[in-house]
Amino acid sequence: MSDLINIFVKAAFVENMVLIYFLGMCSYLAVSKTIKTAVGLGAAVIFVLAITAPVNWIIRETLLVEGALSWISPALADQSFEFLGLIIYIGVIAAMVQLVEMVIEKFSPALYMSLGIFLPLITVNCAILGGTLFMIAKEYSLAESTVFGIGSGFGFFLAIVALAAIREKIKYSAVPAPLRGLGMAFIITGLMGLAFMGLMGIKL
Amino acid sequence: MSEVNTKKLLTDPLDDNNPITVQVLGVCSALAVSGSLKNALVMAVAVTFVTAFSNLTISLLRNYIPSRIRMIVQLVVIAFLVTLVSISLKAFLFDLSKELSVYVGLIITNCIIMGRLEAFAIGNKPVDSFLDGVGNGIGYGLILVIVGFIRELFGTGALLGFTFFGEEARHGIDFLKHGFFNDFFHNGLMVLPISSIFILGILIWIQRSRNAELIDIS
Repeated sequence: MSDLINIFVKAAFVENMVLIYFLGMCSYLAVSKTIKTAVGLGAAVIFVLAITAPVNWIIRETLLVEGALSWISPALADQSFEFLGLIIYIGVIAAMVQLVEMVIEKFSPALYMSLGIFLPLITVNCAILGGTLFMIAKEYSLAESTVFGIGSGFGFFLAIVALAAIREKIKYSAVPAPLRGLGMAFIITGLMGLAFMGLMGIKL
Repeated sequence: MSEVNTKKLLTDPLDDNNPITVQVLGVCSALAVSGSLKNALVMAVAVTFVTAFSNLTISLLRNYIPSRIRMIVQLVVIAFLVTLVSISLKAFLFDLSKELSVYVGLIITNCIIMGRLEAFAIGNKPVDSFLDGVGNGIGYGLILVIVGFIRELFGTGALLGFTFFGEEARHGIDFLKHGFFNDFFHNGLMVLPISSIFILGILIWIQRSRNAELIDIS
């Protein structure tokens, strides 16, 4: 159990997707103009990451790793299909995003309306595919990769809401004109990243 | 298509319509792999290859793809090209592919590629789309190489294996032996990925000071 908590804290803070690995930067910078949209996108990312990480784990273990298909014929015992990984993972992510979109539309139209365009955009958010690829690189078990997915999503949520809050305030400051908007967002992100680097090496 | 416009397709993304600093696409990988000039160059070539050929493919298919499923079709084309790149990197430049690790796979979700497919290739002729892809790939590579150059030079005092600054330079090239460069201490911050965020922010600042049209009004 403490293992899982450790993975969660590590994924959310110590190895924050956005501020340490710089994944999901594009939507992070583009959607952080107001807190409201930032919360919406953050929540959707948590959701999708929490589903795609375990699903991709199961697919990889049962279909792709070496010898996984040996029950079909003994000839496949030393066959590995990992070279198909990228195509399959991105397919799963696209399908999951579509599914999540339909479920939310059916059961909570209000939330669906407030998320709007951000739901389909999640497909090409590098943080999602990054979550799957990191989970594989770290050789997690099923439970661990689920927790890792949720933790990474939470880290993204934290980072994007924090940036949106700062950007809402900084509108009232005298920033040099060429630096306004994107330039300032970069520098704020840099400072936040420096702060998060202070957490490096923490273990529970 | 006249000569001028074809040229514009190639040169516009280098500065006025740069994918990273103006369109805000493909920032993730730009920050993470720009630690050394070599990585930046390889990544630039890989991304240019994928953008150019995915643009070409989608543009050739553009009249046959139903618009409802175009995202999936685009992703499959991109994933195919990225798998090609990833496998050939492993075959020919194994050490480098270890160093770039997940970031080669992440070219799939590099928004430059998807963005250009959506914005350009889906509605334009194959040759133009190909040039647009090459232009945007090079625009991306240009930023990557600038950031990689600054980070490697000031972070380690070396470039592509040649030492210029710091303690080691004393034993290196003759004309650098007695310069003031020898007193330069390596800047540890530059080695960390975080520095590329500041460098990009400053690049944007410089670019927008030169070209007032790009300034955010809001």
